[in-house]
Amino acid sequence: MAITAAATAVPVRRQLHLPPVAASPFPYNPGSLLSIQDLSLEAVSHLLARATALESMDPLVRDQILLKRRLALLFYESSTRTRTSFELAAKSLGADTTLISSLSSSIEKGETLKDTGLTLRALGAEAIILRHNSSGAAWLLEEATWLPVLNAGDGMHEHPTQALLDLRTILAHVRPGAASVSADTLAGVTVTIVGDILHSRVARSNMLLLPRLGARVILCGPPPLLPELATGAGPGISPHRQGPVAGDPGIPPPRQRPVAGDPDISIERDFDAALRNSQVVMMLRIQAERLAGLQLDLEQYKASYQLTGARLAAHAPSALVLHPGPIIRGLELTAGVADGAQSAILEQVKNGVAIRMAVVERALSSGFVKGSRP
Amino acid sequence: MTSLILRGGTLVDPSAGMDAPKDLLLKDGRVAEIAAPGKLKPTNGTEVLDATGLTVAPGLIDIHVHLREPGQGYKETIATGTAAAAAGGFTAVAAMPNTHPVNDTPEVTRWMQSPDRGAKVRVYPIAAATRGSKGEALNDFAALKAAGAVAVTDDGHPILKDGIMRETLAAAARVGLSVIQHAEDTRMTLGASMNAGPMAFKLGLRGMPPEAESGLVDRDIRLITELRDARAHLHVAHTSTAAAVAAVRKARRNGLRVTCEVAPHHFLLTEEHVGLYNTNAKMNPPLRSAADRDAMIEGILDGVVDAIATDHAPHATHEKEVEFEHAPNGITGLETALGLCLRWLHREWKLPLGRVLSLLSAQPAALLGLKGRGTLTVGSFADVIVFDPKAEWVYHAKQTHSKAHNTPFDGWTMQGKVRWTISEGRVAYASE
Repeated sequence: MAITAAATAVPVRRQLHLPPVAASPFPYNPGSLLSIQDLSLEAVSHLLARATALESMDPLVRDQILLKRRLALLFYESSTRTRTSFELAAKSLGADTTLISSLSSSIEKGETLKDTGLTLRALGAEAIILRHNSSGAAWLLEEATWLPVLNAGDGMHEHPTQALLDLRTILAHVRPGAASVSADTLAGVTVTIVGDILHSRVARSNMLLLPRLGARVILCGPPPLLPELATGAGPGISPHRQGPVAGDPGIPPPRQRPVAGDPDISIERDFDAALRNSQVVMMLRIQAERLAGLQLDLEQYKASYQLTGARLAAHAPSALVLHPGPIIRGLELTAGVADGAQSAILEQVKNGVAIRMAVVERALSSGFVKGSRP
Repeated sequence: MTSLILRGGTLVDPSAGMDAPKDLLLKDGRVAEIAAPGKLKPTNGTEVLDATGLTVAPGLIDIHVHLREPGQGYKETIATGTAAAAAGGFTAVAAMPNTHPVNDTPEVTRWMQSPDRGAKVRVYPIAAATRGSKGEALNDFAALKAAGAVAVTDDGHPILKDGIMRETLAAAARVGLSVIQHAEDTRMTLGASMNAGPMAFKLGLRGMPPEAESGLVDRDIRLITELRDARAHLHVAHTSTAAAVAAVRKARRNGLRVTCEVAPHHFLLTEEHVGLYNTNAKMNPPLRSAADRDAMIEGILDGVVDAIATDHAPHATHEKEVEFEHAPNGITGLETALGLCLRWLHREWKLPLGRVLSLLSAQPAALLGLKGRGTLTVGSFADVIVFDPKAEWVYHAKQTHSKAHNTPFDGWTMQGKVRWTISEGRVAYASE
């Protein structure tokens, strides 16, 4: 057959001179919180300050702030903490909330996320709080509705309000009284995140936030739940500010190496060694619903990665223990640790309400909330 | 019958080593005469097209398109898909069998070629290798070939089982058909929606490892080696990984009939272009790493890549406006292939114009044995593209001739503007 194997020598590699990749159009709405990356450190400081102010405010004054404003909670996954705290946060600011969950709505009949979002907007929703099982769903909803969208967890991707409430909890213990945050607020603090990193949106959002404040993050877990390339998901490089848009003629130059990893994020497979270096240890649940056929030897997992009282006492007797919940007692941590003196798990839950008040207030105060394109 | 003269252009025909000012006479759907400029005298009824300053070349051939008919006319029809082909300079396209029903019978194969479909350019059906493309039972290749099929494949799915692939290669070799493999070990890509790597981790998406492609290519090369039948031809569709190109290169050095194609998006874009869940950057195989993308360019430059094929995969807009992991795979490509190849392969990577055109015409024609196509020698089909290889223009998806708008190249600058596309002597497309 006439296949020409022409002998053109491959030229020496060179950089293509290409226009830079344009900035991402997201978020469209300044009230949105899609990724923790959307917030500057100033914005994080402001939210932390507002959380504190709102928390201590007279409830009868507080509920005038968003009086009769309308918020929709759109939940495609079950949730206790996130849903309730968003709802309580919105209501304590005076807003009306309505909950739409996938099992009792037209979502069951096949309505798309876009149509559900447009329907909520037509019903008068001024912002949507979305929990969804698909990564990226919050971006899709914002693009469809142009409303402020608060990402309350999208698949395995991000959970920005969790990162904020975790930060508030950490600060209260390691930097009590800190009025604002900057690039060195958490210098000298090491946070170890343990367990099912691969499937965890909590881990991703924390990995994107904590190093920006100077913290070191150690990831700890077995290879099936923590691939080596996880260190590349830090703030050092991020798709969030360089994603191409439709019509963008930018092509990254050739031989752009995959991310080498963020210097502030490292992997440690030995849990005890990680504990010895940690001021904060964040335990994660194994997300059975996302394992997709992955087989784990739970007994072996517990032997290596369960946080027990003995382990804590031996290696990190003063570390703060966090867990985003739901906790599975006897799996990733023992009941004694969950209820122990070092545990701040319920404090995290409480901080969730304060943080979400600040985030909801921000969503409806941006002056650009009608869902119309500017 | 009809006759047409193309006057004043430069004829670039890589199949004949031609690059010179020539006039062409097209008559009754064939190339009737090639003459020095000004030597052809129009007779009564001969249409004359002024190609002064333009390049005249064999019509382009895309051996990998999805025209969606029968069964999914809301995405694309043979009429609209071939209209997009003509606008992109293509005069022949080979249509994949993942239609509804799957093209696994001579009836569907003939239906697709019927004049009732309103095709603007020549459509060559590629038939399913196995019943329903389920990878279990072989179809009747001789009957499919007699009905007009030019190759067999289960594209959209791999032919996964060793025994079935072995039988497919052997049976296709006996009747002189190529086997086109969609090289994806689907046991490694369950639930995945982009390339496996740091981007997938970062975006919280499950990834397709490059080994899912290269592993199956290695397996297929082993099978064709064991077959020891010189007629057997394995063609690797939409090659996207460095390892797969390396495997093909090695097989060729070993004298095997193993060929491969690369799509423009795989030699231009990387996984970074998924950005924040851009479903118009979702296809299968997915956009890969920068190293893989470079390997595609290298393979094109050193000749191991035999054809540029678009994998034109139209989808309705509403189908792409969903969660990334639920969006269907595929992007359109017929209208952007030439513009991207000239802008990047020719201008940026200095691949000679003749080589670019060969990858888009003579080589794909040879690969599938399309007689009289991909060449403008006297007697061959009057499939001609007349274009300005230097003109730059901006592609707007909204102005497409396809039914679909799912392209990552919306707003990109293209090089090389098609003036006329002539299919078997008839003008199938003319720009304003």
